[in-house]
Amino acid sequence: MAKYTFTEKKDTRSGFGAGLHELGKQNNQVVALCADLTGSLKMDAFKKDFPDRFYQTGIAEANMMGLAAGMTIGGKIPFTGTFANFSTGRVYDQIRQSIAYSGKNVKICASHAGVTLGEDGATHQILEDLGMMKMLPGMTVIVPCDYNQTKAATIALGKHIGPAYLRFGRPSWPVFTAPDRPFTIGKADKMIEGSDVSVFACGHLVWNAIEAEEKLAAQGISVEVINLHTIKPLDVEAVLESVQKTKCVVTCEEHQLNGGLGDSIAQTLARFYPAPIEMVGVNDTFGESGTPAQLMKKYGLGPDNIIEAVKKVLKRKKA
Amino acid sequence: MHSQPDFIHLKKIATQLRRDIVRMVHACQSGHPGGSLGCADFFAALYFHVLRHNPKFNMDGIGEDLFFLSNGHISPVWYATLARAGYFDVKELATFRQINSRLQGHPATHEHLPGIHVASGSLGQGLSVATGAAQTKKLNHDHQLVYVLMGDGEQQEGQVWEAAMYAAHNKVDNIIATIDYNGQQIDGPVDKVLSLMNLKAKWEAFGWCVTEFNGNHMEEVVAGLDKAKSLTGQGKPVINLMKTEMGFGVDYMMGSHKWHGVAPNDEELKKALAQLEETLGDY
Repeated sequence: MAKYTFTEKKDTRSGFGAGLHELGKQNNQVVALCADLTGSLKMDAFKKDFPDRFYQTGIAEANMMGLAAGMTIGGKIPFTGTFANFSTGRVYDQIRQSIAYSGKNVKICASHAGVTLGEDGATHQILEDLGMMKMLPGMTVIVPCDYNQTKAATIALGKHIGPAYLRFGRPSWPVFTAPDRPFTIGKADKMIEGSDVSVFACGHLVWNAIEAEEKLAAQGISVEVINLHTIKPLDVEAVLESVQKTKCVVTCEEHQLNGGLGDSIAQTLARFYPAPIEMVGVNDTFGESGTPAQLMKKYGLGPDNIIEAVKKVLKRKKA
Repeated sequence: MHSQPDFIHLKKIATQLRRDIVRMVHACQSGHPGGSLGCADFFAALYFHVLRHNPKFNMDGIGEDLFFLSNGHISPVWYATLARAGYFDVKELATFRQINSRLQGHPATHEHLPGIHVASGSLGQGLSVATGAAQTKKLNHDHQLVYVLMGDGEQQEGQVWEAAMYAAHNKVDNIIATIDYNGQQIDGPVDKVLSLMNLKAKWEAFGWCVTEFNGNHMEEVVAGLDKAKSLTGQGKPVINLMKTEMGFGVDYMMGSHKWHGVAPNDEELKKALAQLEETLGDY
């Protein structure tokens, strides 16, 4: 029997919208800014119910980041919303100087990340954002896996102090975690216990890892699936505990191999517990137009790619 | 502080700030004396007459006026002002730009220097931050004002105009921006590097209330800032085009971009200090 199932598919950005609306009710210090993408970011409910705390910035993301930094002075907790590309690369220096270096309590909320943005193509499919954000000192980086977890992560950020980057996406995706599943920033979430190989995944690829696990289990391979929703600070203890048991690793993410989750885990293992590692991710290329399913397949991010990586790493472990 | 201005005292402060600036920049043989000297009168007027502020610094600044320095490279004049206004010991000015100092080359909150609300140095960001802070003041029903200083070369940064458009559209009328309009930038006169054309018309077209005054004449600076204050609360953000001379107060540094970011040597320091009376006691 499947360990995780789903009855509906929802986009993770809607989880953000629901979480933000909930936060609006909980805490009147929470304010939201959006650069002309209110509908795409699912910020309409917040805008409707808290109009005096919603700021439409127009298509001017650099200004939005500066505004958010300034709004913290006097106690507000700003959540900025735009696509991941315009939330990071376009405004890197504004984030670096006015938010990260200045230690401002701004939550940068980024939708339409990765190739699953789909038809809009490579201009919008950012695959480098996690690297950019995790390199900033003091920046917390979170990539939740489904609607419920994105909602939980958004709500958790309301209580978190300091700059943070929350990355989510556009496509409808299985909702497989329970609404009340505990979520703690910086704490790995073990989805499936296993003993042969550790699979660390984030975002949409957690579901792909779960599908891969089901097929591998049928072949007698015991896979441990860990949802590393927080890329930074990385739950080093959970990573090492799992790898000390399984002795080999596969990482899965909708991001460049350079600078992403796999990069963080490889670095951790190299320093503390060297073990064979295979990485599922985008290998030094831009995306293109297509459906999310086509793109996942073409760029090597599907369950089959994870299965292949697991088999490869198991061979290396025995060698 | 809001009584009749004591112009003699304000001028004395400005002169001491200028002494502090050249000594700081000389001591570390780096930093930006030109713009700092040109803005000394503005800083003296702002912190010793205009601003409602508390040297017992609090990041949220609720119930106080806030000041942001967008052109962070003129940090020497700001540090000297903050020290002279009691934010920290004037002796600390001797640590400017040196290892383990709170007085970074460009202003930062990272080392917790009192008086600084955000890092600046990478240009074009201060107006956005100040506008955000002004909107928070409105949400908090805090009736104090937000001030921000920018450079004129800095007007070449696109983000400035994003913020300009936003503040006017949203009627952020509790902000007073000032441009240090000295006509010089690192590579030469602003008109030669990348002309701002009609800067006054530009800001007016963006929906701001624009005033002008001479930034190197204390009476005019005070009157200009008082006027700007009287224009707040009327649905428009306010901006001052403040004409200054880069290097003002030190004859050989005046009117040239050459002293934008160059430190005086021992001989030049002596020459500069001979022109600036020690009014409040050197640090």
